[in-house]
Amino acid sequence: MRGATGFSRRTRPVGGPTIVTATLAALLLFPAALPAQEPEAPAPVAAIAPPAGVLAVDSPDDRGGSVDVSWDLSPDDAEGRVLCYRIYRSAHPDTGFAPVGLVAPGVSRFRDSAAPDGTPLHYRVAVSDGEREVFSASFGPVEALPQWFHRGRITVLIASLGFVVAIVYFVRAAKAGKDLFIRRLAGLDHMDDAVGRATEMGKPILFISGLSTISDVATIAAVNILGEVAKKTAEYNTRLIVPCADPIVMAVEQEVVKEAYAKVGRVDAYNEDDVFYLTRSQFAYVAGVSGIMVRQRPATILYMGMFYAESLVLAETGASVGSIQIAGTDAVTQLPFFITSCDYTLIGEELYAASAYLSREPVLLGGLKGQDMTKAAIGLAIVLGAISATLAALGVIPWDFVARVLVNA
Amino acid sequence: MRRHVPLALCFIAGVFMAIQYFIPHPSVQAWYERLLAWLQTLLAFAFLIGTVSLVRLHAHKIGHKVAGRGYSWVLFVGLGLMVGFGFKGRAPGSPFDFMFQNVQVPIEGTMFSLLAFYIASAAFRAFRARTLEATLLLLAATIVMLGRVPVGDLLHRSIPAATDWILNVPNMASKRGIMIGVGLGMMATALKIMLGIERAWMGGTD
Amino acid sequence: MNRLGKFLQIDRRWIFLAILIAVLAPFIWPMGLPIVITKPVQDLYNAVDAIPPNGEPLFISIDYSPSTVPELDPMALAILRHAFSKDIRVAVLTLDPAGYGLAERALEAVAAEFGKERHKDYVFLGFQPGISAVVLGMGINIRNVFPEDAYGTPLSEVPMMEGIRNYDQIPLLITLSGTAVVEAWVIYAHQPYDAQIGAGVTAVMATDYYPFLDTGQLVGMLGGMRGAAEYETLIDRHDAGVRGMDSQSVIHILIIVLIVVGNIAYFGSRKRAPETAGGDAAA
Repeated sequence: MRGATGFSRRTRPVGGPTIVTATLAALLLFPAALPAQEPEAPAPVAAIAPPAGVLAVDSPDDRGGSVDVSWDLSPDDAEGRVLCYRIYRSAHPDTGFAPVGLVAPGVSRFRDSAAPDGTPLHYRVAVSDGEREVFSASFGPVEALPQWFHRGRITVLIASLGFVVAIVYFVRAAKAGKDLFIRRLAGLDHMDDAVGRATEMGKPILFISGLSTISDVATIAAVNILGEVAKKTAEYNTRLIVPCADPIVMAVEQEVVKEAYAKVGRVDAYNEDDVFYLTRSQFAYVAGVSGIMVRQRPATILYMGMFYAESLVLAETGASVGSIQIAGTDAVTQLPFFITSCDYTLIGEELYAASAYLSREPVLLGGLKGQDMTKAAIGLAIVLGAISATLAALGVIPWDFVARVLVNA
Repeated sequence: MRRHVPLALCFIAGVFMAIQYFIPHPSVQAWYERLLAWLQTLLAFAFLIGTVSLVRLHAHKIGHKVAGRGYSWVLFVGLGLMVGFGFKGRAPGSPFDFMFQNVQVPIEGTMFSLLAFYIASAAFRAFRARTLEATLLLLAATIVMLGRVPVGDLLHRSIPAATDWILNVPNMASKRGIMIGVGLGMMATALKIMLGIERAWMGGTD
Repeated sequence: MNRLGKFLQIDRRWIFLAILIAVLAPFIWPMGLPIVITKPVQDLYNAVDAIPPNGEPLFISIDYSPSTVPELDPMALAILRHAFSKDIRVAVLTLDPAGYGLAERALEAVAAEFGKERHKDYVFLGFQPGISAVVLGMGINIRNVFPEDAYGTPLSEVPMMEGIRNYDQIPLLITLSGTAVVEAWVIYAHQPYDAQIGAGVTAVMATDYYPFLDTGQLVGMLGGMRGAAEYETLIDRHDAGVRGMDSQSVIHILIIVLIVVGNIAYFGSRKRAPETAGGDAAA
């Protein structure tokens, strides 16, 4: 038998003391001469524990074809023995299971987004340590079904309906003759002066309706203002130049300007070439408009609509040619540039209010009032929510009741 | 008819898009998907409208010998070249790609870079501390300008902290307020368009 | 008009020259200023880092045009390098027609750097018109909007897109944009479909999106060239973003000096002469 170092024990007839001495010497000098112990057989590794508590439910508030599976993590997950969890599905409780998904350790839920609708399904979850899989008990039957109403959006529905009611109420009130107050908007009060200045100087007015599409609210507001401005320029026989960055906006603005001229009986003065498409490209548009400013030297420039980074370039160029400039945008990031470079600026919703302000149409005024009321309601909800959350955090009340009500929490 | 059909279509489509948000059932969502496909198709055609309008305008300028028509010729040459190159292919290394990467990209980047010069000019010419609000504005601008570059970190550790506070507290509060207002304005305008009250998008106020 | 008043009338081209020198000088004499990482950038980095390798792909939407290349291209390159270095699969698309060439250029360049294989490690989906329609359509089925990749290969034949149906299978989508497209992703992808959205935006737009960061509607954000520089620092690969920070530092200081000098000159000239000009509304 070999010891650890390879020495072999030999047995031969010698005297007793000699044997003892030799043995002791050997033990002292060659501890490896001690009979080597058999290495212990590795203890059998305990099988990894399967996940328990598998639960499968139809995914709520969806279009069907989806089941949410959840389970309790395997006890071995915390010890780092789990490589992954694999989710299996079958139409039968005992056989025919096929894998439908895989998640990392520590994850205890999975959405099966390819479940066939209306079929009873069974699920099992297997835990893997890289060498073998251990299955949970199966759960089922569960059916994936579509829902007719998304319960998670009920708050949005109620708020939207409330908003619609507010708008309709105030529009009706305005139509019935009720006087609705709008505070003064300095930029719009000076619109007449700006148009008059251009007429006196014999120079054109440049109207820039932003770089966005007709679906943008700011562009719609700009088009409304353009209609009012066009009426004034038609009356005073002042040239109005409108370079557009979107072809659909151009088509709309041509109609608006033409109609405005027709309303004051000056359709002959309308020039279609003065409302034209330049380019969609942001800075190519800037270059084009800057060129118009430098060549035409308009007396008045109106910036109304959605603007991006080009706002300062345009406003500074306009300032350099000595134009009076009035701006209005809901692009908050561009407001500082307009405020510093322009004579008057409409901020955010003042732009939306402009069309109601200029035309004084009851319907538009009513819509504006409805918006204001809704904003007041939102402000109140914010204040109540802040108070509720603060009191809940301080333990004064058991739970944040405003969040629970408003956010379906 | 010319007004009633678009108004009716607008109402039906608008109401459907509002309702489908609350109904996940596939029978409703299938129509929603069809509408989205139509929307994409319509928007693709919008590109065509722009090109046609541009060509018409500049052809008119050339035809009527308007001053500055030389630039109209430049536009046609550029348009023709890029369309021609595009038909030959736009893979990396192609003439189209070469023109895009070496002409359009530098030109547009240069135009955007003009902002730096204009901001400096505006800073000198127009940023005045005339009122208390304007002074606060300038102070905040100075702190944020320093805090957003490494120099601020070097000058004093309170500058980046102050910058973060300005961005995360007063800036966020004001942005939220304006966003809520703008969001409501968008909803109100959408509602008015659906109900036919707002008709500017049709090119008229009647 | 006194001297200070005349100084205020200085030809703006002198200011332009000062800016030019301030931009160029740090490129000739780099300062190597240290970059401190901010939370929005760290959050985005962590979100990308958490994506398992060779699994569900990171989606990057390159929604910018050539004008914002200096600020946003470094972000695209840094994020792509981060993803490929971790063997994270990447799918790139664009909602801007001019973004097609930029997206292709960035993706192919970084993929070649890391020896990545098209359709196995990355896919370029190309451009589709109609921002809201595309974003909403991807929530139902990506193949409805992108039936094939930019080169005509059906997505059903792209191995890395197997099983990737909609936002449920997308761990993170990052939009790089200089316009309000970021809002479209938040409104039409995150809100209805719970998609995880990150953003890279120009510096001027960054302040707009702090509310979205606060509410968790954006998982993280890179703001301007500073954001790109921070991300490059995190991935330990300095490029255009870091290189530009020296110039940006000098420019910011120059603008502050111009504001101070302009105000001194203005108030100094006012003491001697009554004000006759109007027009500056708030400043």
